[in-house]
Amino acid sequence: MPWLRVLFVLLVARPVVKLWLGLTVRHQERLPLTGPAIVVANHNSHLDILTLYALFPLGRIRHVQPAAAADYFLKNRAMAWFATQVVGIIPVKRGSKKGDDPLAGCREALADGRILILFPEGTRGEPEVLSEVKSGIWHLAGEFPQAPVIPVYMHGLGRALGRGQWLPIPFFVDVAVGHAHYWQDNRQAFKQELRDCLLQLREKVLPARLDND
Amino acid sequence: MTDWFATLALPVPLQWALGGVVILLLVATLTIAILSARKPEKNWTELKLRVRTWWWIVGFFSLSLIGSKGLALLVFALISFLALKEFLTLTTTREADHVVLFWAYLTIPLQYYWIHITWYGMFIIFIPVYVFLFLPMRMVLIGETKGFLRAASSLQWAVMLTVFCISHLPALLILPETVHKGDIATGAMLLFFVVALTQSNDVAQYLWGKSIGRIKVAPKVSPNKTLGGLLGGAATTTLLAWLIGPYLTPMAPLHCALAGLLIGTTGFIGDIVISAVKRDIGVKDSGQLLPGHGGILDRLDSLTYTAPLFFHFVRYLYF
Repeated sequence: MPWLRVLFVLLVARPVVKLWLGLTVRHQERLPLTGPAIVVANHNSHLDILTLYALFPLGRIRHVQPAAAADYFLKNRAMAWFATQVVGIIPVKRGSKKGDDPLAGCREALADGRILILFPEGTRGEPEVLSEVKSGIWHLAGEFPQAPVIPVYMHGLGRALGRGQWLPIPFFVDVAVGHAHYWQDNRQAFKQELRDCLLQLREKVLPARLDND
Repeated sequence: MTDWFATLALPVPLQWALGGVVILLLVATLTIAILSARKPEKNWTELKLRVRTWWWIVGFFSLSLIGSKGLALLVFALISFLALKEFLTLTTTREADHVVLFWAYLTIPLQYYWIHITWYGMFIIFIPVYVFLFLPMRMVLIGETKGFLRAASSLQWAVMLTVFCISHLPALLILPETVHKGDIATGAMLLFFVVALTQSNDVAQYLWGKSIGRIKVAPKVSPNKTLGGLLGGAATTTLLAWLIGPYLTPMAPLHCALAGLLIGTTGFIGDIVISAVKRDIGVKDSGQLLPGHGGILDRLDSLTYTAPLFFHFVRYLYF
């Protein structure tokens, strides 16, 4: 139900991210508006999805979908309905049995020409720490080598709403969008490039330092 | 309709004063436009941004002057919210204190509510007494002692500067009405007086510092602040207060000049106190909310000192 998602972005995501928190975006113009495209972002908070949604124009929201852990978001029926119908996640089964394809939903979305949001670190991890980039992104991008992979770094959300917290506290949030990357044969190089780009973006969003004497 | 409009109308001296501010901004905008056309090779972006942001600040601040108490409280509550958010974003907070930070934010609607119901006694002790005692208690209940003192004291200070001190501005607006010695228009002129003089004092100190400043006042905190700037700025502000004060406030000329001196010197102190905070954290600007200026605290720094001090100066002498 795409209109539920548009309402969710208009009435929840945007007010929370733009008014309650406060958003500064660098290079918003680098965000893809048409698919297939993959947006990879660092993951520290449930607010990450809301923030990424808030970056896209309302008219494009129906084409944007984040991949999220099935074991977490499909725990019970009410939450599953909210996650898939209102937020619009694509459930990914973590650590599934052999034969099961955890990325089937993502593949379908890209084949359908949608913009897929991935958190390649896998979990939210420690606040404001960038974990290793997992290999799933390389496998997925390999099947859509023409789709751009755009890294996005978000700073401050782990503080606003970290693991185990339920109340978002206002903090200013900084977001930087990187240049498009494309799939390459060398898995390690591809992953390293994405991670380096995210780290470089992190340098940009940290406040300007004084030249201390 | 006309009645409603009449209640919102600005008093005549305030119309003149605001008109003067608009003319100053127009002159600044035109000068920069002419200079940038003459010397396009120089970079004028920063200066242009700065003046454009000034237009926004004046527009937004004017909302608090048009005679609606509710609107003024909303304007300053929003300013407190943004300033507290900026302060907390700058400082390191402990993950354990997540819920405590929520309580800190909750002081904003409460503090402005006390002003709304004109409960002066509560307004003046709520944050220095009740919030001061409550926040550490709430932190202790969580039980994390590592970094307790640092976390508690920076939170206290954040709330004092951004909520308590700033809330003196709308308190000034309703002060004459509360004690039945004038109406909201009298308050609006007092509010304009302290804000306009504080901001012009910042500019005057900068300009005097550029032209005659040699001896540094606080070289470790703010290397650009000079004795020449401080004295020249304070003198200019004193003179300006003596000139416009009798029209805008019920104060006698001597008291106007003294208020100018108070604003001129304590505005400087507010400025370098926030500079020290920024230097301790190691950032250049407090944020990026106001293009060309930095963060909102970069603009409010002197007001955190002048607002409460001028409030109590004028309250003691006249209300």
